[in-house]
Amino acid sequence: MNEDIKSYTISIYTENNVGLLNRISAIFQRRKINIESLTTSQSEIENVNRFVIVVDITESQAAKIVKQFEKQIEVIRAYYHTEDETIFTESCMFKIKSNLLFEEPQIQNIIKESNTRIVTVNKTFFVLEKSGRRHEIEALRAAFNKFGIMQFVRSGRIAVTKDEMKVSELLEAFKNQ
Amino acid sequence: MNTDTLKKQQNNTAKAERITGAEAIIKCLIAEGVDILYGYPGGAIMPVYDELYKFQKEIHHVLTRHEQGAAHAAQGYARISGRVGVAMATSGPGATNLVTGIADAQIDSTPLVCITGQVPSALLGTDAFQETDIIGISTPITKWNHQITKASEIPETIAKAFYIAKSGRPGPVLIDITKDAQFEEFDFKYEKCTGVRSYKPVPETNIDDVKAAAKLINNAKKPMIVWGQGVILGKAEEALKAVVEKSGVPAAWTILGASAIPTSHPLNIGMVGMHGNYAPNKLTNECDVLIAIGMRFDDRVTGSLDTYAKQAKVIHFDIDPAEINKNVKADVAVLGDAKESLTLLLSEINKNTHEAWHQEFKDLYAIEYEKVIKADILPEKEGLTMGEVLREINTHSKGNAAIVSDVGQHQMIACRYADFNISKSNITSGGLGTMGFALPAAIGAKMAAPEREVVAIIGDGGYQMNIQELGTIFQQKVPVKIVVLNNEFLGMVRQWQQLFFDKRYASTEMTNPDFVTIAKGYHIEAKRVTKREELADTIKEMIASKSSYFLEVCVEKEDNVFPMIPSGASVSDVRLS
Repeated sequence: MNEDIKSYTISIYTENNVGLLNRISAIFQRRKINIESLTTSQSEIENVNRFVIVVDITESQAAKIVKQFEKQIEVIRAYYHTEDETIFTESCMFKIKSNLLFEEPQIQNIIKESNTRIVTVNKTFFVLEKSGRRHEIEALRAAFNKFGIMQFVRSGRIAVTKDEMKVSELLEAFKNQ
Repeated sequence: MNTDTLKKQQNNTAKAERITGAEAIIKCLIAEGVDILYGYPGGAIMPVYDELYKFQKEIHHVLTRHEQGAAHAAQGYARISGRVGVAMATSGPGATNLVTGIADAQIDSTPLVCITGQVPSALLGTDAFQETDIIGISTPITKWNHQITKASEIPETIAKAFYIAKSGRPGPVLIDITKDAQFEEFDFKYEKCTGVRSYKPVPETNIDDVKAAAKLINNAKKPMIVWGQGVILGKAEEALKAVVEKSGVPAAWTILGASAIPTSHPLNIGMVGMHGNYAPNKLTNECDVLIAIGMRFDDRVTGSLDTYAKQAKVIHFDIDPAEINKNVKADVAVLGDAKESLTLLLSEINKNTHEAWHQEFKDLYAIEYEKVIKADILPEKEGLTMGEVLREINTHSKGNAAIVSDVGQHQMIACRYADFNISKSNITSGGLGTMGFALPAAIGAKMAAPEREVVAIIGDGGYQMNIQELGTIFQQKVPVKIVVLNNEFLGMVRQWQQLFFDKRYASTEMTNPDFVTIAKGYHIEAKRVTKREELADTIKEMIASKSSYFLEVCVEKEDNVFPMIPSGASVSDVRLS
């Protein structure tokens, strides 16, 4: 197994129960692995949650840690993937003073060229939203930074995998046992 | 809780009855076959204790003197019987005092269900009196945990708790129940849990993997088995013995695997690990196929992984997929239940004897006997040794006793020298190394198996970590035999200080109380042995006694345990002195 540290996307399908986030994060914490990003949401299956976690580790660490997740009672399946094996994106929001929108014509150009969406505008501020790769979001932040940003927030990575994850089949098999 | 996620044993005959949550808890325990539980009352669990009072004919609650004692007693109960041990405590300090026992059960795969009371749900998160986040605290040391705030959740959660604790690779489960849920009335009906959809307790054994393993074993010139507790937990003792006898493969054991095959079996070549036997440690690095069965390659077994069995093909049988390739890379992994996979293996392997290879073990044993064992069990010096105490216990119990040891030098001596004729006879804190384990664990073991002779072997240090449980032994009249091997030191730490810290004995010397007087204070028959000529007769008297018995043996102060693999060294570098 490759021992280089790489960015791995870990997908964990779980029951929707209180305390599971704690159980999952404890597995990283115990091994002193920093979580680069974590999102959790409903998955494609009713009542099944999906965690998408990005960590920088070696492949053997990824393989071992995935087994530790699967060992947890309320984890249905866990997988790890490299960036090449996933389609992924992040999302961000900017809150910027409204007067800049009118006083700095360059801002309008940045918005247009980057395909950034205007969520709302009022007298004091306007809010922008953009989805994309990290470098796109970072470039945007650098561009707006010159004019002053009131608030900036970026989501964790969300990702789907190119290969199939046969979680529905597992649940179906349990039902038919 | 999403109920589609569970499978239950249909119980159509039982009618729902309207009872309180507290009564339901007791009825759930009774339905799960719990006859004894260990615990300590307090504010947030009082409604349950009130029901225990009413149901005392059906279920026997043992009041320990500390909640840690309750957890270890439940472990002792589970380890000797293979059944789920149950411990109960109140919220806050009651719950936190269980933590060491829960962590011990987690690392040693012991089935426990711990029930803790919690402050009323309206007070959760308010820093209420005796409120602690025991779910948060226990998360990394439980197989599963869950907080109940409504009485209606009780039957399903407890059913799930027992199912999870005992199935697959066993482990501890903690259920935290708020006081209002204990008081609340609801319509109770109990159905045992038979499946959880997100949890696969036993992976299927792949016959191709078994065949691959058999092929390696059949072609091996120098195969060696190392088995662990998985054999005992999987009730695979007979299957293992059959495999060993047919294949003729020398078989060694980890501390927790001890007693699965009797010590006296000719193919049993002893213990591996830091203070294990010379031959199996040395020859780990000379075997051509290493067959690990229900063991997890703990660092105390392997020493340095960089030099561990590198020449060998490794076959790893385990129920837990997370153990495969965790520490040692397996060339062939056989997942599944030990009994099933060993039974499949038996029909695939050839009959063999490996006589020349066995001779290598015998030759190294002879060296270990001359350099270590003889002086341990048949000493010629004046001071008493721990080894000769074990020899006398073997003689008078005929090797049929269950040995419950604590942690330290005496533990290693007990594991090395006790004769084990019967499985589940070596009850000790292996993974966590919890001093204070043995006295309460012996209580649980004796109560779970009253027909068995249970001898606790404890150092003077660990004894004083849970010495209060003498009160439980006295009150419950538990006829357990307690042997304290007193060297007036924290012996194992002192040994390390001698070998690796230039004899700077920092805080390891103990000025001890009069242990005999203390035992007598609890009305336990007690004797002290200081001379060799008193030893045999006193141990004979102790074993013959029908009641609890305390024996202090004053042993040599600065004896060391050998062989020894220094921490981080290779198994090949096992030292005899």
